[in-house]
Amino acid sequence: MSISRSEVEKVSLLARLRLSDDELDRMTAEMAQILRYMELLAEATTDQVQPMAHPVDVTDVFREDQVRSSLSREQALANAPHHDDEYYRVPAVLGEA
Amino acid sequence: MSLFDMTATDLLAQLQSGGATSVEVTQAFLARIDCHDKSVGAFLRVNREAALAQAERVDRKRACGEPLGRLSGLPVAIKDVLCTAGEPTTCASRMLEEFRPPYDATVVARLKAADAVLIGKTNMDEFAMGGSTENSAFQLTRNPWDLQRIPGGSSGGAAACVAASMAPLSIGTDTGGSIRQPAGLCGVTGMKPTYGRVSRYGLVAFASSLDQAGPLARTAEDAAMLLEVIAGHDRLDSTSVDRPVPSYSQSVRRPLEGLRLGLAREHFGEGLDPEVEKAVREAVRVYESLGATVHDVSLPHSKYAVATYYIIAPCEASSNLARYDGVHYGYRTDQSDRVAELETELASRRAETSATVLDEIDNPLVRMYRRSRAEGFGAEVKRRIMLGTYALSAGYYDAYYLKALKVRRLIRRDFDEAFAQVDLIAGPVAPTPAFKIGERVNDPLSMYLFDLYTVSTNLAGIGGISIPCGLSSAGLPIGLHLQSPPFAEDCLLRAAHMFQQATDWHTRKPVLD
Repeated sequence: MSISRSEVEKVSLLARLRLSDDELDRMTAEMAQILRYMELLAEATTDQVQPMAHPVDVTDVFREDQVRSSLSREQALANAPHHDDEYYRVPAVLGEA
Repeated sequence: MSLFDMTATDLLAQLQSGGATSVEVTQAFLARIDCHDKSVGAFLRVNREAALAQAERVDRKRACGEPLGRLSGLPVAIKDVLCTAGEPTTCASRMLEEFRPPYDATVVARLKAADAVLIGKTNMDEFAMGGSTENSAFQLTRNPWDLQRIPGGSSGGAAACVAASMAPLSIGTDTGGSIRQPAGLCGVTGMKPTYGRVSRYGLVAFASSLDQAGPLARTAEDAAMLLEVIAGHDRLDSTSVDRPVPSYSQSVRRPLEGLRLGLAREHFGEGLDPEVEKAVREAVRVYESLGATVHDVSLPHSKYAVATYYIIAPCEASSNLARYDGVHYGYRTDQSDRVAELETELASRRAETSATVLDEIDNPLVRMYRRSRAEGFGAEVKRRIMLGTYALSAGYYDAYYLKALKVRRLIRRDFDEAFAQVDLIAGPVAPTPAFKIGERVNDPLSMYLFDLYTVSTNLAGIGGISIPCGLSSAGLPIGLHLQSPPFAEDCLLRAAHMFQQATDWHTRKPVLD
């Protein structure tokens, strides 16, 4: 399975990364090389093998619903690149930019 | 002996007997940083004033006979991937250059509760992605044994600061070898505990099913003391395991009787430097002389470990790093030229038929995300986000991610079967000693393949430690890697201490001008 430049460009949109023309060229070559190495896994027999997503058998943990203090609005906004007194500010999604 | 040359255990004894104050100890390490960190570059930030103020507080408490924590007055360095409230926590990324977390990681909170002196934050590969610390957005860290060489990574600063006697104790994190490999290359002791042993709350996530924080120190005794403080269940991390923390610092001095050591032929194959192999085999002979028996074990799926790891870790990373959107925190691109740029591009690309292209350039929010992330992340982080996004995307999920999760199960089974016969598995921690800065930066795959002995520990979720076991003919440290079944940290530390009682590799120090 090789990867094309246009596929890499599409993945960069899914990944919300903007890659320059040079970066796209380099990324295509590097990903192709790395993915070729991954083909090694095809030879491993995995019929009837349960996938292992996590090393610990995580189970649901329940606790009483208690009211506790959490971050204040001021703290939550403190690291935002753009905010006003109440909200995170982002570019307009609808209509004119 | 200078204070900065002493082990943490000896320093604590000095503090307790009144032989030295915490202020004196802290000043000794700060002076050492002043002299040598310009050339080593282990620290991203040194908390001089806060550290001295904390040292004074501990000295005062001690003078008043107040109860003290287990690390009372000992300096500890923290990898800059663990949140420190109100203080920068950058992950060595432009993305988080200005980020000041509103809370402490549980590991940091526990160190504070133990009256440790937090001396500074150490350099690392950006978001812990890398094995050489060359991926830091801010600075190189150099190996104290040879300043032209890498310290390993991603916890390169954490290992280098201990090796250069700039901190007696330090905290690293290990997702695929990031504590053990730099410990090996810098000649210090470094442990990745079992997944779930140490809380990940406040550890900035790279790959959540693999990440684990752990201690770096000069000796197994010191590592035991540090692990005992940071380990344990935390209600803020539901993947931290609720089982009692043994008293590692008490048990570490008790030798293991009838230790069964496993050697896997897969760890001594192609690509292993002959000097590394010789040192590791010699270390195994030391164990035999201490009464251990050596057994061949087989880890047949270990040849798939690097491929499996470099699918699973980037998949988890691509998901975890989706949070860096330039909105809630972190870097955001300058938007002043956005409107003009948008109009120009719309005009020039209107003829194109691709709906996705038009959707994307028509949406200022998506455009802002893409530019912020493009400018905020470095090359390796982008590469992993791309690999992970690709492997999780429609049509490829089964072939890559699901397949890797199945092979991960087989890798774990190999270990379970081996540990039915032996207590620990011994081998090299890295295929060669530290390589030269810049040597592999243009070859990501060769960088990934350097991780072949360490990644399976994380995939399986078991424990591992690296201890110094020799020096190459060029005078570079070589690390012995011991792997254990889950929650056998006690056994790892005792085995490491036994070795350190019989050898003096852990006492060797680099000469810094």
